Amino acid sequence: MAMMKISREAMPALYARIAAEQSLILPVKTAGQTNFAAWDEGAEVDLCTLKTVKSAKDAFFPQSENLYTCKTEDKKITVTPEKLTDEHFVLFGIKACDLRGIEVLDKVFLSEPIDTFYAARRAHGTVVAMACAAPSESCFCHAFGIDPTAPAGADVVIWPVGESFMWQAQTEKGEALTALAGDLLAAAEAADETALEEARTFTKTVMAKLPYADLSLEGWGAGKTDEKFNSPVWDTLYKGCLACGTCTFVCPTCQCYDIKDYTTGAGVQRFRCWDSCMYSDFTMMAHGNNRTSQVQRFRQRFMHKLVYFPTNNDGMFSCVGCGRCVDKCPASLNIVKVIRAFEKAEKGETK
Amino acid sequence: MQEQLINRAKELLADGTVVRVLGWRRGDMDYNPEVAYFNSADELSDFVYNGFCGANLSKYMIEASKLEGKTLVFLKPCDTYSFNQLLTEHRVDRDKAYIIGVGCRGKLDIEKIKAKGITGITAITGGPDQIKVSTIYGDHDIDCKDVRLERCHVCKGKEHRVFDEVIGESVDTRDADRMAGVEAIEAMSPAEKFAFFQAELSKCIRCNACRNVCPACSCRKCVFDSTKFDSAQKANTTSFEEKMFHIIRAFHVAGRCTDCGECSRVCPQGIPLHLFNRKFIKDINELYGDYQAGESADQRAPLVNYTFEDAEPGIVSERGSK
Repeated sequence: MAMMKISREAMPALYARIAAEQSLILPVKTAGQTNFAAWDEGAEVDLCTLKTVKSAKDAFFPQSENLYTCKTEDKKITVTPEKLTDEHFVLFGIKACDLRGIEVLDKVFLSEPIDTFYAARRAHGTVVAMACAAPSESCFCHAFGIDPTAPAGADVVIWPVGESFMWQAQTEKGEALTALAGDLLAAAEAADETALEEARTFTKTVMAKLPYADLSLEGWGAGKTDEKFNSPVWDTLYKGCLACGTCTFVCPTCQCYDIKDYTTGAGVQRFRCWDSCMYSDFTMMAHGNNRTSQVQRFRQRFMHKLVYFPTNNDGMFSCVGCGRCVDKCPASLNIVKVIRAFEKAEKGETK
Repeated sequence: MQEQLINRAKELLADGTVVRVLGWRRGDMDYNPEVAYFNSADELSDFVYNGFCGANLSKYMIEASKLEGKTLVFLKPCDTYSFNQLLTEHRVDRDKAYIIGVGCRGKLDIEKIKAKGITGITAITGGPDQIKVSTIYGDHDIDCKDVRLERCHVCKGKEHRVFDEVIGESVDTRDADRMAGVEAIEAMSPAEKFAFFQAELSKCIRCNACRNVCPACSCRKCVFDSTKFDSAQKANTTSFEEKMFHIIRAFHVAGRCTDCGECSRVCPQGIPLHLFNRKFIKDINELYGDYQAGESADQRAPLVNYTFEDAEPGIVSERGSK
């Protein structure tokens, strides 16, 4: 579809125009940190931040949401299920890694039995992805075959180039948004397309120089459970782990949730919220818990990303290389250190 | 200093004084060393001690105290306050620890470096006063005092409060008023205070990193980990319950918090959690006289030490006193 462009100056007008019709979710800076949030007049939009603290997954799979509400009145109990969303919204500025993260979530929530809450949001969301211009040292999306300069799976892709953003619709939904943007967009000229190609080439050059450029996933993937599960490497790796949920909650692909009841006094709200395999009550059942030590919990997280998920999903890893765990782990542990520790141990063994 | 620490650790391992070493292992970036145990001289080749070793190792000694034999642990001056506090609470075993007080000239905050717009970091060299940050996009010379951890601006001083030996020089890096942040909030109107805390706490993702890193949070089973409690561990659908977590935690560590600053260091959303704790410290100081938790393992904390002269804080006593 045709390459268009929009000047940086016109962006606030674009936000207002979209928000007049549907809610607009984009990177907003609040109290010093940038996260995806709904736009309003006063919002401090921070589109060019490379990594929001949390990923964009809240837009489809919020950290907590009500499922139904029970109310008691006299001796009657009423149960009101939460309404599925029927309102359209635009998710604006998601990066290629987070977009792959949504693809991972689709595998989980859109396969039978379909998660209706997630499916309703997916059906009503228009996704505008933004290509990365300046990757950071913790980026390793290339290890999963992601091209950060050409986000795949969006309705519209935009590229920051000089004082403008290039804009290209990818789907019918994207065409509709392009029509809504209307006169704020102009056709791109040949010079713009050249500048875009140069920008993409620059980003790729940077990618090749990143500290994790040579990260290899050899030895991981479908069917590797037996090789990795009983490795002694886990026993030393997990030691610094604080058992907090930071890695899980900033992760674009972590999809586990808990279902809990909240007593409101006159009734009960049944809600679901993100869970973390790092937590002691994760998968707690009537018989107790099947993972009783932190080394088991720690192993679970990485085995899920790098072995179990690919085993069950045609080889697809459920890590996208966004590097948020690298940036945010309070104990400086992360998936790259895990991959490299195994690489080192396995090389040592063959010596 | 790093070489000195490694050599001494090797000696202590070799002569059987300790059976393991608790320290910091070189990370995959120059700024992300991780807390690690070293069980042999060989493993110590990955030991690192530099400006990014902010992690306070005291809390790890709770687990290490349960292991066979002594653990060599490296504590910076401010970390020793946490260790003392844990001793007071009988959570660590002094006999299981061989403490080397390590010199500290202030620790660096990678978030502050990145907040300068620096990204694509490939190396960080230099120190202790100036560092050079090399990136794919160009190099930056930075004054360490501009990128120190918040805690270092209110440094408790160069004295180690508990140790078996000290290696290395320390520098008092204090250059700010410890209570300035609290006073700024106290001066706000109720509406401003509400807006401030609303903006900060709405970022919370309930990862529990602040709690898990906190040396004062050493309960075997945290009340928030109970499955029978509405304010449980995970994000609730009501924001009120969310705030309860931080408020309850602040109350629970009041009088025991040494102000080590780990909570603010680890928060992925940059919430200035230390402000809660400092408000309590300020109030305790004002009501009961200056008190620093962890200064010694023998002192009794004001909140658990009844005297006839005790203040009776509260609206009623305020009314009576005026």
